[in-house]
Amino acid sequence: MSELQILVNGLVLGSLYACMAVGFSLVWGVLNVINMLHGSFIVLGAYISFFLFRHAGVHPFVSVPIAAAVLFALGYALQRGAINRVVARPVLTTLTLTFGLDMLAYNLMILAFSATPVRIILDLGRVEAAGVIVPVDRLAAMLLALLLTAVLYAVMRGSKIGRAIVAVRMDRDAATLMGIQVERIYAVTFALGALMAGAAGALLALIFPISPTMSGQYLGKVFIVCVLGGLGNVPGALAGGFALGLIEAFAGVYLGPQNAMTMGYVLMLLLLLVRPTGLMGRKGYE
Amino acid sequence: MRTRYVLLAVGVALLVLLPAYGGNYLVRFGTFLCMYAALALGWNVIGGVTGYPSFATAAFFGAGAYAGALLQVAHAPMPLAWVGAVVFVAAAATVVGFMILRLRGHYFAVGSIALVEVARLVASSWSDLTGGGMGLNVPILPGGPEYAGMVFLYSMFAVAAAAFAVGLWIEHGKLGFALRCIQQNEDAADMVGVNTTACKIAAFVLSAVFAGAAGAIYASWTAYLDPSDAFSILLTLKVPVMAMLGGAGTVLGPIVGVVVFQAMEELLWSNFLEIHHAILGLMIVGLIFFLPGGLLSLGARRRMPARATSREVPAE
Repeated sequence: MSELQILVNGLVLGSLYACMAVGFSLVWGVLNVINMLHGSFIVLGAYISFFLFRHAGVHPFVSVPIAAAVLFALGYALQRGAINRVVARPVLTTLTLTFGLDMLAYNLMILAFSATPVRIILDLGRVEAAGVIVPVDRLAAMLLALLLTAVLYAVMRGSKIGRAIVAVRMDRDAATLMGIQVERIYAVTFALGALMAGAAGALLALIFPISPTMSGQYLGKVFIVCVLGGLGNVPGALAGGFALGLIEAFAGVYLGPQNAMTMGYVLMLLLLLVRPTGLMGRKGYE
Repeated sequence: MRTRYVLLAVGVALLVLLPAYGGNYLVRFGTFLCMYAALALGWNVIGGVTGYPSFATAAFFGAGAYAGALLQVAHAPMPLAWVGAVVFVAAAATVVGFMILRLRGHYFAVGSIALVEVARLVASSWSDLTGGGMGLNVPILPGGPEYAGMVFLYSMFAVAAAAFAVGLWIEHGKLGFALRCIQQNEDAADMVGVNTTACKIAAFVLSAVFAGAAGAIYASWTAYLDPSDAFSILLTLKVPVMAMLGGAGTVLGPIVGVVVFQAMEELLWSNFLEIHHAILGLMIVGLIFFLPGGLLSLGARRRMPARATSREVPAE
């Protein structure tokens, strides 16, 4: 495999990873909650796309906004009903709660979908340029992932609710004094995080087989992306996503696929030692 | 307070005499009780007293299990293999602790979960040494199931008793005082002359050592290991939950939590294997919402209401 091909594969993966991680980073940054459910949100988004495709013949591209909308509603309800009750408590409490909820989600998904992997087969052909081959479905998933991430960035910068989220992240008390309803912002932020996970899951379903057992693996990747890129901004998640995508692509070829994921974790732990806030960590979510 | 210790003594007596009156099933249950008590008491040192949200229990449990199993496969006698495993885990925890204890709060939690994942991935991919996903067979202890059951029960009990003794020492000793200072305000503790790095590493190693010992005994007990069993994500979550169920940061809390948790698991959930994870999840939600200070705080709240609530320190 040529180096250019590996690079392109890494960039395709990386854009998907960025899209997967940006919602998690948002929730961590604003609510100060490590959302262990994020991996299950991704898998649920993937299954929504899969079932719409199989039973209703909905094109997977069309399912992306549907999955996003369903996850937004679910995320909003979960935050209002459960997470919000502990949001000011120490990390041990919030993490254990979302961990427990993830066990519940995992079990329900196993019962509903079974652990057997399924996949959407959608042969759209492929493009070839300069000796690099990219299947069209992968290319489309990459572009959609980048588009979604860009939309989130625009929402954060341009919309009223986005500015309010940034304000709450920067200084919760000051934001309250400015008349921002912090509780509502928390719920919207958590819902947005779930929305991005759902959309990313629907995109993943285009490319990879899906199974409830993969949620832990995706959650691990999200951790790595967030630490590599640093919390608190969309460019950080993009940088982290591309970094992990490239690491996995190159490590997969040169060290063997079974070591690709290990490399990601090892680099993450090493980076935490040198820079405990990641590569691009800074205050204020933009 | 005195009634609690009387109850504990009765419980210990019941446990130690188990082989005399209970069948293999009860002995097995008792061994699990001791194993989880050792793990929860160990976790309590770093997670409860020091307040570092560690989810690394399974990393050290698995490391101890693999180290002990590999030594036994290399024909080391069982007790020697266990000692070797504990030494290995202590060394590993010192190095790892030096690295990840520089992190705080959320980053520490994520780092500790990553440790478990890295360990599992390494054990899976290094198949020349560990047998990878095929698993690793450990020599079975000769002498029949009754004898083996007794050996493993008392071995696990010894680890749990040692963990309890360390817990008591920490509660009353100088190290524990320093660790509680770190829990309340690490920067202030540092400023008044607590060697925070050394104390945190000591706490981390102490908690890892008990996990490693329990892991090594577990490997000999089940005579089979595979990466997803040794480095189980379920174990890494269950142990802190047990400690919190009883009351994190106290000596008796983790024991109460383990007994209640295991009894519920044995009596209620074992009939619903398909929804095992779901019940655990629901239990955690209930625990966090309705019993934030653990079972022991129920009694404490009646007597001294101020203290029960002061444990809840808001996040930064």
